[in-house]
Amino acid sequence: MSLIAPARSTADTDGSGRGKPQMIQAVPVRHPGRWACAVVILAFAAMLAQSLVTNENFRWDVVGTYFMDVLVIQGIGWTLLLTVLSMVIAITLAILLAFMRESENPLFRSVSWVWVWFFRGTPVYTQLVFWGLIAVLYPKISLGVPFGPELFAFDTQDIVTAFVAAVLGLGLNESAYLAEIFRAGLKSVDNGQMEAAEALGMRKSRIMWRIILPQAMRIIVPPTGNETIGMLKTTSLVLAVPFTLDLTFATNGIANRSYLPIPLLIVAALWYLVITSILMVGQYYVERHFGKGVDNFVRIPVDKATAVKPAAVKVVTAGDSNESGVKEMEEKP
Amino acid sequence: MSVTTDTLTKPALVRIDGVHKYYGQHHVLRGIDMTVRQGEVSVLIGPSGSGKSTLLRCVNMLETINAGRIHVNDELVGYRERGGRLHDMNAKQIAAQRREIGMVFQRFNLFPHRTVLQNIIEAPTQVKRQSKAAAKTRAMELLERVGLVHRANHYPAQLSGGQQQRVAIARALAMDPELMLFDEPTSALDPELVGEVLNVMKELAASGMTMIVVTHEIAFAREVGDTLTFMDGGVVVESGDPREIIANPQHDRTKEFLARVL
Repeated sequence: MSLIAPARSTADTDGSGRGKPQMIQAVPVRHPGRWACAVVILAFAAMLAQSLVTNENFRWDVVGTYFMDVLVIQGIGWTLLLTVLSMVIAITLAILLAFMRESENPLFRSVSWVWVWFFRGTPVYTQLVFWGLIAVLYPKISLGVPFGPELFAFDTQDIVTAFVAAVLGLGLNESAYLAEIFRAGLKSVDNGQMEAAEALGMRKSRIMWRIILPQAMRIIVPPTGNETIGMLKTTSLVLAVPFTLDLTFATNGIANRSYLPIPLLIVAALWYLVITSILMVGQYYVERHFGKGVDNFVRIPVDKATAVKPAAVKVVTAGDSNESGVKEMEEKP
Repeated sequence: MSVTTDTLTKPALVRIDGVHKYYGQHHVLRGIDMTVRQGEVSVLIGPSGSGKSTLLRCVNMLETINAGRIHVNDELVGYRERGGRLHDMNAKQIAAQRREIGMVFQRFNLFPHRTVLQNIIEAPTQVKRQSKAAAKTRAMELLERVGLVHRANHYPAQLSGGQQQRVAIARALAMDPELMLFDEPTSALDPELVGEVLNVMKELAASGMTMIVVTHEIAFAREVGDTLTFMDGGVVVESGDPREIIANPQHDRTKEFLARVL
């Protein structure tokens, strides 16, 4: 009862006694159209590459000069910081909002619904301007007894700086979109999972966190990666706050001073492309993590308490006679 | 089987009295009375739509009942009686009651993102707050009992249906329930895998576990069951010794059903 399936083609193993079967050596279908298309595409690509190199209006020398400029690198830093912080806020809120939306509590459901309705329903640019102006609306933030004495008071502009306003504006807006992505993910998990966990006596919050959400992540990660990459570029809207240190603002500033918009747009675009590529690599690993048991079977490290030597395997039940009926799944590397 | 006479003297573990269940206008359970004694294997059969699965799900509150009472271990299921009125249990109390009742589903419902071992230790460590080491030791004992020690570190998708269902049984047993509910445990299995699951259930019955089994396996009912209940149209048509009912059904509907499945 070998679990490793032997290759069927080895001589005389098919049990028929007729030796090695004659392997099919079919002539593959030809695809002349593909070749023709490939030639055309390559020709266009070569022309494009040639124009990129020879067209002096691109000013690659300027691109080279400013590619590692201090202002540009600082801009990248701020853009990354804005992206990461606003996505962290958005993801945290989205999990909460999605759980609330799926809750039995009508209050939670309504709050979540209204949040998504509002933050998805108004333009992000408007929201960013609004957060920038919050200190005009509410000059002071105070903590205290409602309608009673106040305990602490702050000037709003000390707390909600341009950076904080930008992060809040981006994060809260994004949370509404992500909440729907997370909700879709939660809904994609089979009801039987909830029932099985309930039948084991687990509480709903724990089931959502440990059973439903990890499975939903398979569905949630790809669109969330999309949103993260979108956010990377949406951060260029923070000049609405106004917050003026991000990558786009930095390259625009240089462009305006040097009257060379095209090479600096290229600098910004190349950097966005680089960061997006790095994010895509990250997404690959996140997807692999949450695909465990479904998309891939990366074996968990066998711990010593449960490690079983093949020789020690004892088949106890009488019914366990059909090990051969077991489909051994291929382990993807 | 002498189990029948032994269990008849045991105290009742599950008492179902006058239970009704509606889905909107649809009257699914129409006054069910049933008793399951400690150590008894009670088999529920009947055509699909007869309400047998619904009844099973009512016992651990996956469905709520609209009338009647269900007691498990002399405790009212799903409600608290105070001042002559019933109060809904809160989520915490319901979870506590469910811990005493294991359930095995037709579609296994193993957690696909967890290995076999992780599936089994999930509830003991998370709900009962057992240490991981203790839960693992117990899990390996249970895996040995269902003959799957060598599959401990596999994912459910790497197992056959029969193996998955045996893991599901081990997972339910890990909570040390007093009562096990089986909802058509072999209906989703290829015919040649049914036997291995029934064998585990047989062994479990022999160890004295109280079981309510919804099934279409008449041979299992005859061999392992202490009582057989035939349901149709939301009522209990006939109930009693499995061998007698199968050999000599009293009701026309029972006769008709058995003639079709045997």
